Amino acid sequence: MPVSWTLLIVLAMAVAGFFIGRTRVLAAAGGDSRRLHSRSSYYGWNVALFTAVPALFLTAIWLFAIPDASRVLVAVVSLVLAAAGLAWSLARTSPEFRARIAVEGFVRGFLILCSSIAILTTAGIVFSMLFETGQFFRQYPWQDFFFGTTWSPRFGGGSRLGMVPLLWGTLYISLIALAVSIPIGLFAAIYMSEYATPRMRSIAKPLIEVLAGIPTIVYGLFALTIVGPMLRDYFAQPLGLGSSGSSVMTAGLVMGIMLIPFVSSLSDDIINAVPQSLRDGALAIGSTKSETVRKVVLPAALPGIVGAILLAASRAIGETMIVVLGAGAAASMSLNPFEAMTTITVKIVSQLTGDTDFAAPETLVAFALGLTLFVITLGLNIFALYIVRKYREQYE
Amino acid sequence: MSDATQTSGAPAAQPKASLLVADPRTRKRNAAEARFRAYGLAAIIASLLALVVLLFTIFSGGLGAFRQTYLTIPVTLDAALLDKSGNRDPEEIKKVLTLTYGKILDQSLQAAIEQNGIVIEGLTAKDVSNLISKEASARFRSHVLADPELIGQTIEEPVLVNGRVDGFYKGRVTMESAARDGNTSPAQLQLAEAFREKGMLATKWNWSFLTNPDASDQRPEAAGVGVAILGSLYMMLVVLFLAVPIGTAAAIYLEEFAPKNRLTDIIEVNISNLAAVPSIVFGILGLAAFINFAHLPQSAPIVGGLVLVLMTLPRIIIPARAALKSVPPSIRDAALGVGASRMQSVFHHVLPLATPGILTGVILGLAQALGETAPLLLIGMVAFVKNFPAAPPEGLFDPASALPVQVYNWTQRADPAFMERASGAIIVLLVFLLVMNLFAIFLRRKFERRW
Repeated sequence: MPVSWTLLIVLAMAVAGFFIGRTRVLAAAGGDSRRLHSRSSYYGWNVALFTAVPALFLTAIWLFAIPDASRVLVAVVSLVLAAAGLAWSLARTSPEFRARIAVEGFVRGFLILCSSIAILTTAGIVFSMLFETGQFFRQYPWQDFFFGTTWSPRFGGGSRLGMVPLLWGTLYISLIALAVSIPIGLFAAIYMSEYATPRMRSIAKPLIEVLAGIPTIVYGLFALTIVGPMLRDYFAQPLGLGSSGSSVMTAGLVMGIMLIPFVSSLSDDIINAVPQSLRDGALAIGSTKSETVRKVVLPAALPGIVGAILLAASRAIGETMIVVLGAGAAASMSLNPFEAMTTITVKIVSQLTGDTDFAAPETLVAFALGLTLFVITLGLNIFALYIVRKYREQYE
Repeated sequence: MSDATQTSGAPAAQPKASLLVADPRTRKRNAAEARFRAYGLAAIIASLLALVVLLFTIFSGGLGAFRQTYLTIPVTLDAALLDKSGNRDPEEIKKVLTLTYGKILDQSLQAAIEQNGIVIEGLTAKDVSNLISKEASARFRSHVLADPELIGQTIEEPVLVNGRVDGFYKGRVTMESAARDGNTSPAQLQLAEAFREKGMLATKWNWSFLTNPDASDQRPEAAGVGVAILGSLYMMLVVLFLAVPIGTAAAIYLEEFAPKNRLTDIIEVNISNLAAVPSIVFGILGLAAFINFAHLPQSAPIVGGLVLVLMTLPRIIIPARAALKSVPPSIRDAALGVGASRMQSVFHHVLPLATPGILTGVILGLAQALGETAPLLLIGMVAFVKNFPAAPPEGLFDPASALPVQVYNWTQRADPAFMERASGAIIVLLVFLLVMNLFAIFLRRKFERRW
């Protein structure tokens, strides 16, 4: 209660300060706003900001750092601070005072604060996972985690938490997804930019991009209810390869569909960025359109396309809902694509949902998996950017 | 030319090449061309086909959730059972348990069977009482509590029918599958058929799917997305109120004010990297920072909202920067030229002109946040929530579900009727996404300016 009251009182003081400051400076200037350095409302804002911002900032920091601090003490200190800010800024208010610059300083500070949230988020991600991962490795040897080939968590001790089968499942599924999405996405992009009439392009391109706007849970349900049973009934069982609806193939196929628009729209942009003069030159010496594409356009666009593929790969590795619903939960390391396997993301979800004990290695392992995932995807992203920057052809 | 004829030697075999007849090599190249083109077309058709199949299966599977089978039977509200004191005091009536209402419904059903002269071979008492949903008595009770004057009268009460019988009218259950199913029987379905012939049982439009909370494992027919829609709405409010100002401010700073130095570079790289971080990692961050460290409640929309804010920020900042960049420098120069400060030129002139672009990015970012599932699983939003959260701001701390999480939740249940509910929830989700995207397109078309 005191906190919200403090808040209200401080805000009321700030509002009052705004009007007092504005009236005062106008009175000091004899009602002639031309004699002021800034427009009159800046003087009001200056007072209001000096009253509210330091007091609220202090309260927020204090309560965040020490959640059970004495509420009365916090309230008194912040009210005193607000009153001091009010008095000081009112004392400074005079027609010569550069109120606009002071106010703009506040705004600038706010803008900088907002942009640094991105850094804070990254730091938060890294530190929260590093801390818990450190806890995990204190209880479980890191060699066994990174190189262990058995994944069998048991609450109650004796768990074996080897990451290799999870990594294998993740990579296998991603590989199938890329094998589906790269040819389809790339050919769609080529057709769209080189062959399609403007009319067809204007219809087909947005429709393909609809695929990118569909939430992944929808793909997950599609995998679970349609693709999984279909693959099982028409491929896996007749071929004697397994009887599981959730399989690497199911998750890979559906994830491939999800990645098509990702690959195609990125490649489309890159192919369109290849200058027309290169195409004209190739066509002029008698190449067919497809030869132009294969021998001239694609090589010129290659670094960008490789970058797009790497980004798609990083997406596939970090994708969660499709694999949770489509790939299964059993950790295994086999080559059979119709067998259920599991991935890093599935295990993060399963270890962190339900009843969790944050002292047990079975729960903490999720943070180690998360950190591994973060490092892999970050590495892929940076590598993709590096390739694009390093090998980009500079035209003009 | 002469060099070519000397080296290849082929023209010797073909002294006269006609322009009208293609030589084998040209034919081969043309065939390759046609094939290449066909591959491209096939790729486009394949992706469009995937889209059509995906949407078709979801819609055909989920539309059933919007229709529900009800049995309308005459029910006598016996005052001796429901209101012993007879003064219609709502507090007194509330003391009567749902069990009593269930008994009344059972008796009325039995009476309805006898009245209509329905005789079915092999019909057990269990079949009869299971025809109506376990949720029906609770609904009946709240119906009576809402209108105590009904007590003592005989009313035509629409009663929710068991999920299996409902499935029979949606094609999910057949007489053959019912024979193998412990939860229903062919006799029960015949009873339902008999009621339908009398016009008492009908499958109707089901608004309550949109307003009901989730229901337990045994009652798929009563489950709805009400709490999930509210939870998603709350989270979107949090995202709107936090991510939009912060994202816009960050974009303004980076695009208009930031000096070109190391720190700015780091921030920029950071933002583009954050946009590519898998969403589940944000869930881990939310779990560690907001729940384990800051001790915010689990399953609360505020926590989900904060996680989504962090996730959405880069997706708002990047298009907002593009929108600010597309405002031509002449606007800034003109403002500066008449004596505005840089801050004034940005806030009075550049920002209003960039607003449509920023808003488009915001809506698309919100749409993405609305469909996000994985991070919400980690902060406990999978919990079974039956109570509606209170109005904001307190309601932000109450447990709630979210639309995509509700879908996931229902896919994990055994009863196949929940699959229909899951698809139905996806339809609701897709409709919201469609509206948001159409609004973004509208904004872009209407306000986009070419300079």
